[in-house]
Amino acid sequence: MAEHRLLTKDFGTDGLQTLDVYERCGGYEGLRKALRTLTPDEVVSEVKTSGIRGRGGAGFPTGMKWSFLPKDVHPRYLCVNADESEPGCFKDRALIDENPHQLIEGTLIAAYAIHAPIAFIYIRGEYHDQRLLLERCVEEARAAGYIGRGILGSDFSCDIIVHGGAGAYICGEETALIDSLEGLRGQPRLKPPFPAVKGLYGQPTVVNNVETLSNLPHIVLRGGAWFASVGTEKSTGTRLFCCSGHINRPGTYEMALGTPIRELLEEECRGVWRGRSLKAFQPGGGSMQVLLPEHLDLPLDMDVVAKAGSALGAGAMVFMDETTCMVDVSMRLVDFYQHESCGKCAPCREGTYFESDLMHRLEAGVLTPAELSTLTDICDNMNGKCFCPLGDTATWFVMSAYQAFRGEFEEHCGAGGCPVKQRNAELVTA
Amino acid sequence: MNVLTPKTRAEIERQRDRYPQARSAVLPSLWAVQHQLGYLSPEGMTEVAELLRLTPSEVEAVASFYSMYFDRPGGRHHVLVCINVSCALRGAEEIVSHLENRLGCPSGGTTEDGAFTWEQTVECLGACGGAPAMQVDHHFQENLTPERVDAILDEVRAASASETHGPSLWHRLAARLGKAGR
Repeated sequence: MAEHRLLTKDFGTDGLQTLDVYERCGGYEGLRKALRTLTPDEVVSEVKTSGIRGRGGAGFPTGMKWSFLPKDVHPRYLCVNADESEPGCFKDRALIDENPHQLIEGTLIAAYAIHAPIAFIYIRGEYHDQRLLLERCVEEARAAGYIGRGILGSDFSCDIIVHGGAGAYICGEETALIDSLEGLRGQPRLKPPFPAVKGLYGQPTVVNNVETLSNLPHIVLRGGAWFASVGTEKSTGTRLFCCSGHINRPGTYEMALGTPIRELLEEECRGVWRGRSLKAFQPGGGSMQVLLPEHLDLPLDMDVVAKAGSALGAGAMVFMDETTCMVDVSMRLVDFYQHESCGKCAPCREGTYFESDLMHRLEAGVLTPAELSTLTDICDNMNGKCFCPLGDTATWFVMSAYQAFRGEFEEHCGAGGCPVKQRNAELVTA
Repeated sequence: MNVLTPKTRAEIERQRDRYPQARSAVLPSLWAVQHQLGYLSPEGMTEVAELLRLTPSEVEAVASFYSMYFDRPGGRHHVLVCINVSCALRGAEEIVSHLENRLGCPSGGTTEDGAFTWEQTVECLGACGGAPAMQVDHHFQENLTPERVDAILDEVRAASASETHGPSLWHRLAARLGKAGR
């Protein structure tokens, strides 16, 4: 079993959401160690040694991200990205539901490392109960002296503000998150300047993902070198994989990076449901390209999966069995991006509209082959030409599915309905 | 004449004072308004603008951007059903058509008795491990079947009309229904 429990080791412990139980599990020892024995620069250096890369999707090395902050410009801010909205992704919710204090401890360690007097936890509006839980935990931690002035008798002071969103996928993009936090429409900003230089309120700002920060107590306690020994050389540590779709046991599983995808599917997820075979899967959430059964032996390694033409992204694995219509799946994802396009730039605003219109007519079986051939053109005019990654990623799944399942796409043209669903209906009644 | 109660206004002022800049309190303030009124009325948004020292159009522009704010009154309870891929793969369509039949109105509609407004959404709710899933008054309901949906709707409808949004109702219901999912 390559399940490797670091962030999830205490999951399921009764009352872990309370400070008492979290402390009994060793909670806040990482913060204590950082404040008593390490300078902020030494924390940054441990995090660099750990090799940890951001868990929000892009996989940028966390220590390096912190080092882009200009010297002697204050105040600086930390934003915790808990706007998890990637289709198929629910790990940050699990980390908050199960072990909220672990996130708060990690947040405080990061704030100490980058000299931030305030950390904002931006949590998506749909995570209403999770927001209330975090607010309660912040108050609990404040009462115990972990948040506020002179934390644990040190000269480090930090406040944490939990900020609820209101339904907008784009706010997971770090500059859109900052705009939203400033009380604006959540639209991305032009980069550069990057948030590290000019972010929240025009000040140097770091935006880190929930899972990234939840790792910090462990990195501080056990050392960056220990962390780097878990996983592979360039994908260190563990990751939480959110597994969903046509599998026997959907859920969040923490795996050492480098484990074959097949092991995750067969052992943790207990295989494809109903005795069926796998048709395709998405390894990194709704934004990422489709992979095929032949890719199951690839390791859970960011660079290897990237070489295969997709990405581990935010760690969301969506498995699809042999009865799945790839046109239907593509249509739903395209609809998602069309709905979530912020409207700032034309290629995304118009492109997702064209994509959605085309995919709906294809799934309904009323598209002509000539119209289908414009799909590539539409996507070419979006990918790499949009203001932010949302518009680019709105093309990735549909283009990869069109390439891998071209026959299935073409078969829909003029079919008067969905041929895959028709075949499945015959299968069921036979 | 204020439409917001002193309690809501106090909550907005409390939010305003939490942030380095008052404008950051727009989203939490709009939540406070929606919590009181059930939706964002122009008068409510104007009051937010006054309290945060912004113009009404600045507040309205923000409100219209986010999908969870309602621009018109709806039912006492709100049901949001995910139809993104993970839920679709495990039967979201069946849940959607069941709700449509059961509540007698299409997605986006409100039941005749004013108890429910329901809608389907392509926005993934982050409950893929418990697909198909929905939210009722912001609380997750997972591993849905038509029978389970019926049980949830019955429980919510049976609760007194005065207990609408909010945790107290939820915790009572959760205890009776058994929390689904993880």
